[in-house]
Amino acid sequence: MARRLNILEHALSSLLRRKQKNLAIIVVYTLTVATIASVLFLTQSLRSEAVNVLAAAPDIVVQRLAAGRHDLIPIADAEQIRRMPGVGKVEPRVWGYYYDSLKKVNFTLMGVKDSPTNLPLLQGTFPANNEQCTLGKGIAEAYGVTIGDSLVLVDSSNSSKLYQVSGLFIADSELLTNDLILLQEAELRRFFKLPDGRATDLAVEVYNQREVATLAKKIKLALPDSRPIGKTEILHTYDTVFNWRSGIMLTLFASALIAFCILAWDKATGISADEKREIGILKAIGWDTNDVLLLKFWEGLAISLTAFLLGAIIAYLHVFFYGAGLLAPVLQGWSVLFPQFNLTPAIDLYQLFVLALLTIVPYIACTIVPAWKTAVTDPDSVMRS
Amino acid sequence: MPTLIETKDLCKIYNRHKPDELQALSDVAFSIDQGQVAVLKGPSGSGKTSLLSLIGCMARPTSGSIRLADKDVAKLPERFLAELRRDLFGFIFQQFNLMRELSLFDNILLPLYPTEISGKEMKSRADEILRQLELGDRKQQKVKQLSGGEQQRVAIARALINQPEIIIADEPTAHLDRALTEELLTILARLKQNGKTIIIATHDPAIYQQQELIDRSYLMHDGNLLEVERL
Amino acid sequence: MPRTRLFVLFITALTLLLAVLLAQGIRQAANPSFSQRAEKKALVATLGLTDLSIWSEARYTRHPSQADLFTPFQDYPGAFDHFPAGSIIAPGQPKPQTTLSFKQRGEQ
Repeated sequence: MARRLNILEHALSSLLRRKQKNLAIIVVYTLTVATIASVLFLTQSLRSEAVNVLAAAPDIVVQRLAAGRHDLIPIADAEQIRRMPGVGKVEPRVWGYYYDSLKKVNFTLMGVKDSPTNLPLLQGTFPANNEQCTLGKGIAEAYGVTIGDSLVLVDSSNSSKLYQVSGLFIADSELLTNDLILLQEAELRRFFKLPDGRATDLAVEVYNQREVATLAKKIKLALPDSRPIGKTEILHTYDTVFNWRSGIMLTLFASALIAFCILAWDKATGISADEKREIGILKAIGWDTNDVLLLKFWEGLAISLTAFLLGAIIAYLHVFFYGAGLLAPVLQGWSVLFPQFNLTPAIDLYQLFVLALLTIVPYIACTIVPAWKTAVTDPDSVMRS
Repeated sequence: MPTLIETKDLCKIYNRHKPDELQALSDVAFSIDQGQVAVLKGPSGSGKTSLLSLIGCMARPTSGSIRLADKDVAKLPERFLAELRRDLFGFIFQQFNLMRELSLFDNILLPLYPTEISGKEMKSRADEILRQLELGDRKQQKVKQLSGGEQQRVAIARALINQPEIIIADEPTAHLDRALTEELLTILARLKQNGKTIIIATHDPAIYQQQELIDRSYLMHDGNLLEVERL
Repeated sequence: MPRTRLFVLFITALTLLLAVLLAQGIRQAANPSFSQRAEKKALVATLGLTDLSIWSEARYTRHPSQADLFTPFQDYPGAFDHFPAGSIIAPGQPKPQTTLSFKQRGEQ
């Protein structure tokens, strides 16, 4: 034990000796770990948010497809579905998109019928009449409006209409309602010139969750031009969207890993003449090959453990205290309205453990292997330098 | 006094079977008793350093035997050789081979790190040696800030910290002036008094003319060793 | 062993800090008034929401779970995507699955 601690002591003093170089390595290494860990923390908590919250989504959403495109569905179909055993309520939903060319923003417009009595994340009320609207926070901020102010929208007949803001969704619901505008359903139909007797889609309630897949099949059989989307598919979509294997997550991940590999490679191939001489001296004065390897192990561990811990801490603070401010622009793409991430932490210790393994072990290996090649040679070369 | 080190038919060939093959030692017979001081004289390139590194267990001979306290060490595995270097030998190198960026104190502790000696014991040993060599007040200074003579004393301190039986010095005065050489000789004499066995390779007359200090004197030439009769 | 002691202290402090952060995260996740999961679920249920409102640039990024099969990102594997978010979103499962089948003349 004394021997290990002694060698650790020397490892630390030899790291301190090359303060600038090692500090630079720790900084780069920490940034790499922080990037990867930020991606992991962010995607993990978005995924858990989606999967938990969207568990309350409609059991089945039935769309109609016409020539491969989403089309309006006859409300009469709702009756047919409702008669199927096991089906509860079938609600026709009316919603659509609206583009504001001035601010170049896309909104989602949604029709509602009656105002719920007590919705906790809503400030104010749902639209009570055709002259009112309820807004998500992103829109309210983009246009600088609040309850009581008015919003002008141009309808499908190209006439402007003024809506009074009757309610706002508060910031905590941003991830769900950021770009949402609620209007009375009848008003939305008028606005989009939607024909009566048709809806955007049907939200189907199923009593027994285990029957969802069977009912979806039955609906597809009964209405061949429909496309039922089960809740599991919705959840699956979000499970894969924020899977670490997907899209930009992978890109970020890969580039960070490559940066790390370059660092490690440089380290592995670049054992300097100085280091070689030092290993020679140590061997000459009685260090065993194992002692030299232990020294290099401590050096690698000291750097990689420090960098990993710092990186993980920075990533945590970045994602959960500062709303992933540095990653958001990457995720945002071309979205004009983009929610702030007020995330509930969801931590997967297994992922963190894998990250630790993936960053600490290769670095230590890269420190030890080249030193090992030098350490196994006879130390007499140091006598003739 | 018993014979401490004895070599027979010792050969060392570097870069064997390659175009730059070099026979550094041929059939060398060297011996020294415990407590003696031996000097290897000879021009540079004559094989003094090669012989010292073989005796010091830093390399293995191409053929021949090295008996160290009646054990043949020529064919021992590396980790036993490391152990011998650590426990039995103290080395003073021609270039000092100190770690320039480390403090004096950290440098002299280096041979003790791979042992089970506790930090406290190390510190007290180091303090004792530094006191003897009059370096006590500079122990936190970096080696690169020391003068040549001080560096020499640090190298000696590092060679003594593991309380070795045998001290091997390769051209210890190559970088020293007259006064510092005198100082080194005083230290060597004191070590001899303490019963240490000392082997010095040098071509500095200031050392090899020290009749009282030197018990055996060898001459090396082109890898061959001759013992010079005592005067 | 002054450096060893400092180093061990430093690493222990970092580990503790990370552990405290993670523990706080786990506690927050378990705290209903922090996560507001119930409130959010009530909102989802009331409005019948199906998607997170993250990317509003296109239909299939605003409602990835509802987009029809012929929006570009679902024509995988080879589609070029106009919007960056399309590269973040993994393609959905092509349901209902359609397959081509052929019959020889005269075959029933």
